Amino acid sequence: MSNVFIVFQDNDDSRPIIEAILADNAQAQATYPTGLVKIDAPGSLVVRRETIEELIGRPFDLQQIHVNLVTISGHIDEDDDQLSLKWNN
Amino acid sequence: MSVVALKPYAFPAKDVRENFPAPLLFIGWEDHLMFGTPVALPLPPDTPFGALGTAVLPGTYGYHPDFAKIDWTKVEWFKSGKPWKPDPAKSLADNGLKHKDVIRFRTPGLSGINGSCN
Amino acid sequence: MDTPVLKKKLGLKERYAAMTRGLHWDTTYQPMDKVFPYDKYEGIKIHDWDKWEDPFRLTMDAYWKYQGEKEKKLYAVIDAFAQNNGQLGVTDARYINALKVFLTGVTPLEYNAHRLFAHVGRQFTGTGARVACQMQSIDELRHYQTETHALSHYNKYFNGMHSPKHMNDRVWYLSVPKSYFEDACTSGPFEFLTAVSFSFEYLLTNLLFVPFMSGAAHNGDMSTVTFGFSAQSDESRHMTLGIECLKFMLEQDPDNVPIVQGWIDKWFWRGYRLLSIVAMMQDYMLPKRVMSWREGWEMYIEQNGESLFRDLARYGIRKPKGWVQACEGKNHISHQTYAVFYSYGAAAAFHTWVPEEEEMAWLSEKYPETFEKYYLPRWNYWREQAKNGNRFYQKTLPMLCQTCQIPMIFTEPGDATKIAYRESDYQGDKYHFCSDHCKEIFDNEPEKYVQAWLPVHQIYQGNCFKPGVDPTKEGFDPLLAVFDYYNFKVGRDNLDFEGSEDQKNFAAWRGDSVQGAKK
Ligand SMILES: [Fe+2]
Ligand SMILES: [Fe+2]
Repeated sequence: MSNVFIVFQDNDDSRPIIEAILADNAQAQATYPTGLVKIDAPGSLVVRRETIEELIGRPFDLQQIHVNLVTISGHIDEDDDQLSLKWNN
Repeated sequence: MSVVALKPYAFPAKDVRENFPAPLLFIGWEDHLMFGTPVALPLPPDTPFGALGTAVLPGTYGYHPDFAKIDWTKVEWFKSGKPWKPDPAKSLADNGLKHKDVIRFRTPGLSGINGSCN
Repeated sequence: MDTPVLKKKLGLKERYAAMTRGLHWDTTYQPMDKVFPYDKYEGIKIHDWDKWEDPFRLTMDAYWKYQGEKEKKLYAVIDAFAQNNGQLGVTDARYINALKVFLTGVTPLEYNAHRLFAHVGRQFTGTGARVACQMQSIDELRHYQTETHALSHYNKYFNGMHSPKHMNDRVWYLSVPKSYFEDACTSGPFEFLTAVSFSFEYLLTNLLFVPFMSGAAHNGDMSTVTFGFSAQSDESRHMTLGIECLKFMLEQDPDNVPIVQGWIDKWFWRGYRLLSIVAMMQDYMLPKRVMSWREGWEMYIEQNGESLFRDLARYGIRKPKGWVQACEGKNHISHQTYAVFYSYGAAAAFHTWVPEEEEMAWLSEKYPETFEKYYLPRWNYWREQAKNGNRFYQKTLPMLCQTCQIPMIFTEPGDATKIAYRESDYQGDKYHFCSDHCKEIFDNEPEKYVQAWLPVHQIYQGNCFKPGVDPTKEGFDPLLAVFDYYNFKVGRDNLDFEGSEDQKNFAAWRGDSVQGAKK
């Protein structure tokens, strides 16, 4: 199965997002190239608004992640509640 | 195949012979990648072919320790990649060289620093 | 005044529909085909523009909001960097040369991308595509400005950064990136998106903005990392535009498949060749190494590309034709490119140097099959010679590939001791290429590539001197006249790093600051 990945700048804004991804995607693995956090997951990966909100204790607009997003792979779908990445193979 | 376009598509080629003061000749030295790319030289068509080794190429390739050791009578020439026997006494034009032709030479026994093709 | 109040906030999908698709109308005074005359002639058949997807569903209002945030963050860093003399904190002044390449080679591309996306953002019949292109057009202008702004700080202290736009239009090696974009902008809108959004952005830019920017961070260049990642944060959207446009074309009509495959073959190869210079920066110009070009290639192209093309197989799309050769090239192109810049070091507006002992050891380790066998011998020789005051400078101009415009430095597939030569005859003239793929690109559209502005040929035609220069005058030095036309400051911008003004200044400034701290 192919991996999808998502990469963020390694900073304070990204931390709860990373934590949420790792909590919601059991197979996801994080690595830390200088300045970055790269998360790889087999097949698909989901970023959930609710999980992030629980971690930060306030409302969060998912589109906020654009500010610290560096790169992605896979097909994307986003609505108010989640952003998902997946390969169809 | 050709360009897909909305209107007739015809523009002049930039590098036709008339645009240069002399025809261009491309030259490469095989097995000597210290010169990582062949070179381009505008050379008058009446230049004797033999002048390449004595007058033209020393400035380009003289830095290499192999260059001084070349026996020009033993050099193997290629034109567009195919073996070719030019006459050193005749001019470039009389040897059949035209604008933007590419020639290469191999120097048997000389294949770069310690034989490394460098 | 009566302001209509919405009962409930719209969800993302409704908001996107209202703010994007809802802005479209079909024209009635003039036929739609006359208003949008350019998106059919390439042969791409579109039956339903409403099927265009923008999976991020970003609307203009949200766009401005997040871009504003990015700018504030970026400028806070740029200001802090300048105020704190950040230029003194980089590992080594050799590193600055990578920034010179970036500023003259990459930054002007951002501006071209801005113009081109503004153009195609007008030309598509579908609104979804138009809005995505317009956002990208603004992004690219932002990249051009922020890169120029961030790097202008270095221009105060280092040579070779004074005329990026002027140089991009003239200097021989900069015709490589310039011609890539000009080739793309003289295509139709669908080919343009395949070239720039899919091949360049989706497949290839990760290699520029991810490992190289990590490298900048590693070398203490806070300013470059920050503009790099800030630009890259727009890139996810750009990449998405690329892949969505591709899927859209493939899903709309089976007749589109062979056309798209041809573009993928062409633009993958064009982009791959363009990245040779990034390969060189990655392996040779970062004093502190993070990841080799080869490792970056494996991570971002081989693994990721395999997944992508496995996915596209259901549309009948296969990997680009040059794939296998490009993957073989991962062991060679950085070495071949840097070596040629070293050879032509008198004719570049940045410094080159012989890698240090530990750097060669690193290269041997990262390229066990190729570095020692093919490339180390020339470095050992050049180093010896340079020590004895005989530094190598090639003075005869190189032969260029008609398509990619790179000097003919690339070797035969399977034999790295032989330069690859390919040629075609067209209208009575010979045209030369670095590879099968560059030749095929030419053969498919010869009428286009015979117009190429090849810098070496332009020099020999006498078109690269300043107005009023008289080449027949006694003592005329053509090379110096060309450098003058390029705006090179000879002896400051060019030649070896060893002995350069940059080297001396940097050492003096760092020494000064140490002294200052003691006082
Ligand atoms: Fe950009
Ligand atoms: Fe080429």
